[in-house]
Amino acid sequence: MQVKSVGVYGLVFGLALGGFAVADPVDDVLVIDEELQITTRTNSVEGHPLPEVISGWHYRSDETRALEADSFDNPGMLGVEDGESIWHKVEGTKGNSCASCHNDAAVSMKGVGARYPKWDEKSQRPINIEGQINACRVENMDAEPYPFDKGGQKPLTAYIKHQSLGMPVEIDLSEGDMQQWWDDGKETYYKRTGQLNLSCAGCHEQNNGKNIRADHLSQGNVNGFPTYRLKQNKLISLHNRFRGCIRDTRAEFPPAFSDVLMGLEVYTTWRSTGLSVETPAVRQ
Amino acid sequence: MSKPRIKVPKKASAGDIIIIKALVSHNMESGQRKDDDGNTIPREIINKFECFFNDSPVFSCDIDPAVASNPFLEFRAKVEESGVFKFAWTDDNGTIIEAEKSIEVA
Amino acid sequence: MNNERRRLLIGALGSIGLIGTSRVYATAEEVETAIKAIAGDAQIQQGALTLNAPEIAENGNSVPISVSVDSSMTSDSYVESVAIFADANPTPQVITFHFTENSGEAYAATRMRLATTQNVVAIAKMNDGSVFTDTKNVKVTIGGCGG
Repeated sequence: MQVKSVGVYGLVFGLALGGFAVADPVDDVLVIDEELQITTRTNSVEGHPLPEVISGWHYRSDETRALEADSFDNPGMLGVEDGESIWHKVEGTKGNSCASCHNDAAVSMKGVGARYPKWDEKSQRPINIEGQINACRVENMDAEPYPFDKGGQKPLTAYIKHQSLGMPVEIDLSEGDMQQWWDDGKETYYKRTGQLNLSCAGCHEQNNGKNIRADHLSQGNVNGFPTYRLKQNKLISLHNRFRGCIRDTRAEFPPAFSDVLMGLEVYTTWRSTGLSVETPAVRQ
Repeated sequence: MSKPRIKVPKKASAGDIIIIKALVSHNMESGQRKDDDGNTIPREIINKFECFFNDSPVFSCDIDPAVASNPFLEFRAKVEESGVFKFAWTDDNGTIIEAEKSIEVA
Repeated sequence: MNNERRRLLIGALGSIGLIGTSRVYATAEEVETAIKAIAGDAQIQQGALTLNAPEIAENGNSVPISVSVDSSMTSDSYVESVAIFADANPTPQVITFHFTENSGEAYAATRMRLATTQNVVAIAKMNDGSVFTDTKNVKVTIGGCGG
């Protein structure tokens, strides 16, 4: 325990001294398979505290960036292909697959991943792709909903979002109570938490571009989720990443899809407005 | 397990040296990790990969646990005639994953 | 103390050398022995073989590497194999590529695991028995945000 405490003080001390090493995002252009240009830097949406939004892609090494520029080299595409087979698989007692209702995902799902989360009248709260998949499974397939990160949840979400690859993120805050969830998400974003007393903003707004120990902090944009992370060598969902960040502040993390994290998804997705959907992005 | 991803050009000219890429979904359990109870998780990796063109060997490799999960391989092949590439990945448990890709050579 | 805390503690102590860890790592000597076994009596030369690896790997779980050998790759003169070793992984062997004259070009790439900053060593064996080597030191970034 003694050693661990030294680590905590060391980190806090470093932060207090402003001990971040500066390393600017890399000046580069992402073109996937030499044909699809991805918007990885753009003017931010009105009301955004930063003038420019920059994809996490710019904060990664040459080797990691190259993986995302080639759809074959991108290991996240294994998950997308899994998602495609799940799309066509009949499950539940009604004899339906996703394709039974939605046919060709390349047509029916194009743009969908860029517009979620959106207001869901039925549940009276915002719904994300994972939630929409589960709603469909229960109502239209009579199949079990996927537990968080289990079954086909990650690959199917990646497959659906991938149909919007290159399209700009833009969510609608005018429906239902979306604005209220945005407000709540914003409060979460700026609230300091955990033994390290860090907020999302502390790292990703005020110190992006700098190094926190060996990690090059990005703006924390969410346009590439589910993201293939080299650390785990698999697709990582947005809510898993939220929980990982919160855990790193040494706080208890809320359950996936809880009100707190759904608010944060609404708010962070809005912050990423204008960036292209990159799913599946590749990160360290 | 998802099916392997393989990239072979559909067409080439006789004598061309082509680029082949192959990716297969596999945990590559190294045998070095322990579970939450402290027991070593047994090794289970893809230990061999082979590529043949019209049944003659082109390229192969012996693979150790230091190769990353979802093993990726890139190599070259010289093609003189149309034909079929065959690929095989062998797992520690004896399972062989096989795939084929044809190429038209003018 | 739960498992997670125990791991943190052991990791922290181990990293500052207060206690040993039970895991045994490969050594530069083991790599040298393995290379000598491949080379036999042949003189180990530099030049024809190039090993490409990043200077700094953002994550040791997946580090891209490639090898290429200057060779006409004809039935008279070709590269038989290129073996890769790492001198501070749990075991030194990484992969051995076997080429044929149908390969056209002695080039191969993969993605490997590196437990820590270390040397990656490649050794190429030609059909005439000659042997070439190349080494790259790869620094592995450790100590970022998990998740």
